[in-house]
Amino acid sequence: MMEEAKEETSALSVHGHNIQVTEVLKDGDTLTFLIVSPKLSGTGEYHVHRTYEDFEWMQQHLFSQEDVPGIQGVIFPPLPAKAQANPSAKVMKQLGVLGLGEWQPYCKALEAYLQQVASHRVLCKNKAVEIFLTSSDPPGKQRVKKNIFNRLSQAVEEMRKESHKDVDGFFQTERDQNLIVTGCAKNAAERFLDVMQTEQKIAVACGHFSAALHLCVEPGEDPDKQAFSKVCVKLSEVFDSMKKNMMTVAKNNVNTLGLGLDLESRYQEAEKEMLFRRTCKLVELESARRNADKAKPVKKAAMEEVKKAAETEFNQICGVAKEEIAQFKGIRMAALQQALVQWCEQQLLTAKESADQFNQHLQAFRGMAY
Amino acid sequence: STVAVLVFTSIHNFGHYEFQLEEEEEEEEEEEDDKFDIHVSVKDPEKIGNCVFQTTLSMFRNKTFTVRRRFSDFLGLYEKLSEKHGPNGFIVPPPPEKSILGMTKVKVGKEDSSSTDFVERRRGALERYLQRVVNHPSLLQDPDVREFLEREELPRAVSTQALSGAGFLKMLNRATDAVSKMTIKMNESDVWFEEKLQEVESADQQFRKLHALVETLVVHRKELSLNTASFAKSAAMLGSAEDNTALSRALSQLAEVEDKMEQLHQDQAENDTFCFAELIADYIRLLGAVRGSFDHRMKAWQRWQDAQTMLQKKRETEAKLLWANKPDKLQLAKEEIAEWEAKVTQYERDFERVSATVRKEVIHFEKQKAKNFKRQIINYLESLLQSQQQLIKYWEAFLPEAKAIA
Repeated sequence: MMEEAKEETSALSVHGHNIQVTEVLKDGDTLTFLIVSPKLSGTGEYHVHRTYEDFEWMQQHLFSQEDVPGIQGVIFPPLPAKAQANPSAKVMKQLGVLGLGEWQPYCKALEAYLQQVASHRVLCKNKAVEIFLTSSDPPGKQRVKKNIFNRLSQAVEEMRKESHKDVDGFFQTERDQNLIVTGCAKNAAERFLDVMQTEQKIAVACGHFSAALHLCVEPGEDPDKQAFSKVCVKLSEVFDSMKKNMMTVAKNNVNTLGLGLDLESRYQEAEKEMLFRRTCKLVELESARRNADKAKPVKKAAMEEVKKAAETEFNQICGVAKEEIAQFKGIRMAALQQALVQWCEQQLLTAKESADQFNQHLQAFRGMAY
Repeated sequence: STVAVLVFTSIHNFGHYEFQLEEEEEEEEEEEDDKFDIHVSVKDPEKIGNCVFQTTLSMFRNKTFTVRRRFSDFLGLYEKLSEKHGPNGFIVPPPPEKSILGMTKVKVGKEDSSSTDFVERRRGALERYLQRVVNHPSLLQDPDVREFLEREELPRAVSTQALSGAGFLKMLNRATDAVSKMTIKMNESDVWFEEKLQEVESADQQFRKLHALVETLVVHRKELSLNTASFAKSAAMLGSAEDNTALSRALSQLAEVEDKMEQLHQDQAENDTFCFAELIADYIRLLGAVRGSFDHRMKAWQRWQDAQTMLQKKRETEAKLLWANKPDKLQLAKEEIAEWEAKVTQYERDFERVSATVRKEVIHFEKQKAKNFKRQIINYLESLLQSQQQLIKYWEAFLPEAKAIA
C-alpha cells in the first residue's frame, strides 16, 4: 500500500508547501480569503477567493472518503474554528490567539492548514483539494453525505470508549502520552494568550499616558514653564516608544509562539480524535468477535463475515495510523522548532531596537539644560 | 556652611525607619539650597500599626546620633510649620496623608506585596517630605524643625485630623472659594496671581489624570508578571510531558526564560510606581500647598480690606461727632482713627510682603518642578534601559537552545 502511494505522481497541480493566504476581505458579515497557489508546471499562480464555508466543504469531502482504506487512521490537519466578520465574545474566546491582530494570525493558521492538507500523501489526492485550490468558481455548495467523523454526533456513552484498554502496547502508550500532551499544550496556549492580551493592555495604557502628557504642556515665554513643557513633550515621546515596543513584542508573540502553541494544541487534538476512532473500531471488532463466537449455527457464517470485515478494516486503520503518527511527530517537531527559533530571533531584534531607542531618549534627557 | 543630600539605603522589614543626617562640605556648583544626607533603613516594628523612625544627625562631621519618630510626629511637624509659616505666604511642604486620598486603594496590614509597596511608598514619601523641609532656607531655621531632627523624645502630636482626607479637601477648596469672592477690580500684580492660580488648578487636574493613568499601568504590569509566571509553569509542564529530549530541554529553558521575565516585569512595575506614581502624587500634594499659600494671601488681603472698611467707618463716626459737637467722644474717635490708620498701613505692608513671598515661592516651585521631573525621568530611563539589556541577554542565551531542537 505504501509502495503504491509512492509511485503515483502528485495529484495536485500546485506546490503544496508554498500555498499562501495573502488577504482577507470583509463584506458585511462574510470574510473572504484570497488564496495563492504556485503552479507546479510553468510559472504563475492560481488566485482563488474562498469563504469559511468553502473550507468546510473541502473538509467534509476529506472526511467522507470511505473508499480510501484505513482513512480513519489519518490524522486530519486541524481546520481553525470559524471566524466571523463581527465576532461575538464567545467566538473570540474560542479563537484564542487567532482572534487577535486583525485576522492576520487567522490567515496564517488557514495557510498552515492548506499547506498541511496539500502535502498530505493521502489527502492531497482527493479531487476536492484540487478544486478548492485552483477553481476560479466557488466550489460546490451541495452538502456532502453525513460524515462519519463528526465527533459531536457521537453519543455521550461512546466517550466511555476513550479509556478502553488497548491490545497494542505501542498504541496504548501513544494514547496515554497524547492525552497528557494535549492537556498541557492547551493550557500553555491559553496561558500565553493571557500574556499577549496583557501586553496589549500595557501598550494602550502607555499610549494614554503619552497623550495625557501633551495636555501638561504650558504655553508662554516663561523659561521655567518652557523647561517643564519640554520635559513633558520628551516624556510623552518616551512613553510612545514604550507603547510601540510593547505592541511589537505582543505582535512577535502572536505571530510565532502564539500561533505555534495554538497549532500544537489543535494538532494534538486531531491525533486524539484519530486514536479515538481507532479505539472505537477496536471495540467494534471485539464485539464482532464475541458475536461470531456466540452465534448460533444459522447466523454463524454471517457473523464470521462481519468479523472478517471488521478485522480487515481495523488492521488497515492501524497500518495507516502508525505511518501517520511517525509523520506527525516530524511535522510537529519542525513546527515547534520553527516557532521557538523565530520567536526568539524576533524578540531579540525588537529588544535590541528598543534598547537603542531608550538609550537615545536617555541621552536626550541628560543633554537637556537644567 | 553646610550642604547635605538625601539618600536611601535598603529595606529590611516592615516597621520603623531610621534616618541619618550628616553634614558635608558645600558643593559650589549647587544652588543656594541646603540639602542633608539622610540614610533610611527599616527595622523590626516596635508596635503594630506604629511606624517608628530614627534620625541620626551629625552636628559635626562624622558624628551621628539617633532619634525615633512616629508617623504622627511628621504630621505634627507639618501642623506647626503650617501654622507659623503658612500665613506668611510660604509653601509649606505637605506630608503624605494617612490614606492616600482618592488616588490609590491602599491595603494596610496584609502580608502581601501591596503591604511591601505601602511601606516603601510611605518611607519614600516621608523621606522626600523631610528633604523638602530641610531644603527650604526659612523652614530650616525654624526651631521646631531643629527639634524634630535632634530631640530624643517628641511629645505626641495632637489634632492631626486636618490632614485626614476631609481636612485636606477642605483646604484645597477654600482657595478656589476665596478667588470667586474677590470681586473688586484687579491691578497688574493681581492678574499675575489670578493666572497662576488658574495654572495651578489645571496642573492639579492634569496631574490627577496622569496619576490615575500611571496606577493603571502599574496594575497591568503586575498582571503581566503574574501571567508570565503562569505561562512559565505551563511551559515547564509541557516540557516534562514531552518525550523528545531536545524539545523537552528547549521547553524547560523556555520556562526558565519566562520566570526571569516575570521578575523583570515586577521590577518595571516598581520602576513605574516609584519614579512616576509617587512623584506625581507628591506634586498633587504640593499643588495643594501652593493653593494654600494663595489662600493665605487672600486672607491677608481680606484683613487689609476689612481694616480699610473699619477705618472708613471710624471716619464717618468722626464726621458725625463733629456735627454733634461732643468733644470727649470726638477725641476717642480720633484715637481710633489713628489706630486703624496704623493697622491699614501695617496690613497693606503685610499683604505686599505675603504677595512677594508667594510670588517668590511659586517661581522657585516651578523651577524645582522641571528639575525634579527631569531627574526622576533619567532614573526611570536608566532603569528601563538596564531591564532591556537584561532581556537581550536572556534571549541571546535561549536562541541556541531553540536551534538545538531537531
